[in-house]
Amino acid sequence: MYKPPGSSDIPKKVMSEMESIRGGLAKDKISLGNLADDVLVISLTGSWTSEDQSPNEHEVISVLGSASRLRTIRFDTSGLTGWDSSFLTFLAEISKYCSQLNLSVETDGLPEGAKRLLKLASAVPERQGARKDSRKESFFSRAGGRTLQFVASSAEMLDFLGEAATALARFLRGRANFRMSDLALFLQESGSQALPIVSLISLLVGLILAFVGAVQLAAFGAQIYVADLVGVAMVRVMGAVMTGIIMAGRTGASYAAQLGTMQVNEEIDALKTLGVSPMEFLVLPRMLALVIMMPLLCVYADVMGILGGLIVGVFMLDLNPSVYLNQTKASLNLTNVWIGLFTSAVFGVIVALAGCLRGIQCGRSASAVGQATTSAVVTGIISIVVATAIITLACNVLGI
Amino acid sequence: MTGSEAQITVSDLDMGYGDFILMRDLNFTVRKGDIFIIMGGSGCGKSTLMKILIGLKKPSRGQVVYGDVNFWEADPQEREQIMRHFGILYQSGALWSSMTLAENIALPLEQYTSLDRRQIGKIVSFKLALVGLAGFEEFYPSEISGGMKKRAALARAMALDPDILFFDEPSAGLDPVSARLLDDLILELKESLGTTFVVVTHELASIFAIGNNSVYLDVDTRTMTASGDPRKLLAESSDPKVRNFLTRGEESAHAQVL
Repeated sequence: MYKPPGSSDIPKKVMSEMESIRGGLAKDKISLGNLADDVLVISLTGSWTSEDQSPNEHEVISVLGSASRLRTIRFDTSGLTGWDSSFLTFLAEISKYCSQLNLSVETDGLPEGAKRLLKLASAVPERQGARKDSRKESFFSRAGGRTLQFVASSAEMLDFLGEAATALARFLRGRANFRMSDLALFLQESGSQALPIVSLISLLVGLILAFVGAVQLAAFGAQIYVADLVGVAMVRVMGAVMTGIIMAGRTGASYAAQLGTMQVNEEIDALKTLGVSPMEFLVLPRMLALVIMMPLLCVYADVMGILGGLIVGVFMLDLNPSVYLNQTKASLNLTNVWIGLFTSAVFGVIVALAGCLRGIQCGRSASAVGQATTSAVVTGIISIVVATAIITLACNVLGI
Repeated sequence: MTGSEAQITVSDLDMGYGDFILMRDLNFTVRKGDIFIIMGGSGCGKSTLMKILIGLKKPSRGQVVYGDVNFWEADPQEREQIMRHFGILYQSGALWSSMTLAENIALPLEQYTSLDRRQIGKIVSFKLALVGLAGFEEFYPSEISGGMKKRAALARAMALDPDILFFDEPSAGLDPVSARLLDDLILELKESLGTTFVVVTHELASIFAIGNNSVYLDVDTRTMTASGDPRKLLAESSDPKVRNFLTRGEESAHAQVL
């Protein structure tokens, strides 16, 4: 067995060219033996922990590469006072390099613990192909990949819409498979529990509309028309749009999180293997709840918005409340109300489907649930704005 | 060995995700009344194989035949018909979190039987008692411990008295005594109902205690390298990896010391 020589045994004849290379090393911690021999003794002294400034393996490696006769590396650690993982990584790098150069490394001179850990780390060879290919993709392959992804996700969305429509058809024929108690719970969650926030937002929207309108209309002395402006805007569009956006952020997100978590917990798998359609059991009651509740919330939002307008009318424009309300009544007709209700029912479907779609598509990790929630809100709000544009345009073309 | 009638026949099965092939050329038969163990190291595709067997994931190639029906080629109704006779215990339990334990176990019964509420209630209580959870009917999954969730999930899997019970890592997260009780329960069900079991596990104690047939998936060669009674494999197999697995690496560790 090789016995580590004391530091005094290290050959003293050091070639002059070596001196210059060694200048880069932390001189007091590492010293190299005679490079001209076929055995090189590397003496390591002092403390080699991550808190200490320790020499870098590249410098040793560059020295090793320049020695042509070298066959074997030995270590002398009799002067070593402390070591930790940073010492091991230093050794591991050197032995990896040595095996590339076909140099044999004798570890007998190392501390017993370090020797064993090094052996453990090299016991299982790296699995071929396990490392991820980190090559950067070209612009065209990325663009192509994104396009294919987009096509696939659009197909998935259409698929989902189709399935939702079939589930709805089954419901209308009275054959859908879901629990009434679930529907009741969702009705409560998306109905009465949403009232406080809907009140606040609608009232403020009514106030804002009235303020903006008042400043403009006062220039013509036509303050009374603030009532028309607020009434028509709220009933026809703003009531539906504001409740839609509130519900997308509130209920759509919660649907996505619920279904996403169920996906992570294999609960949706458990339904599928039982032969229960997640579309009927999970999506349908949520969709029905929103389709029923959104128009009701919309009516409530309209009233709150008009109330907001009234506040501005009475306190800022000094209008008589009954005059304001009469003016509002005169400006509205049932068509406006129906359009608003229809729009909000459509938003109910949109919000529920966006939430459920993202939830069902959710991956199997905690971060995927977060993404699903974000994506549900974004999809919901974008769809609401697009749908509003389409409905407004259609009404315009139809002349209603 | 128990009955020789083939219940599941897997032939030339490849499985993978997209272009990536996880395992290829799987061939094995599960006979009626078997306790069939799918074993192998972590990441070798045990759970994926189970997903294919229970109809959650399509194989890349090859066939899974139940009795005489080709599972993945059958039309959806026929496949659903077969799946009705499965009971599945998922790795995480997968209890429906918005329902009580009683509702969880009652759902399969409501789906597939015409029993009235009272009868269903009785069956639910009996199944819960069977897994040592008598009296927990009105608890929600979030209110009970991990081990109890697993047992409640087992009660749900047994709700319809299935022909085949699939277990994905049943003893993961259970203390040694509960794991042992679960093994006893499996043997008891097999004896009393003749249920076939397919169990994904790498708990050696369980494998030897209950398994009478098995397949070993090798992660390096990406195929099965052994099959048969695990005790026989331990006694007779000459494959070093299989031996290594079945002896907890004791043999190779021993060899290294020498």
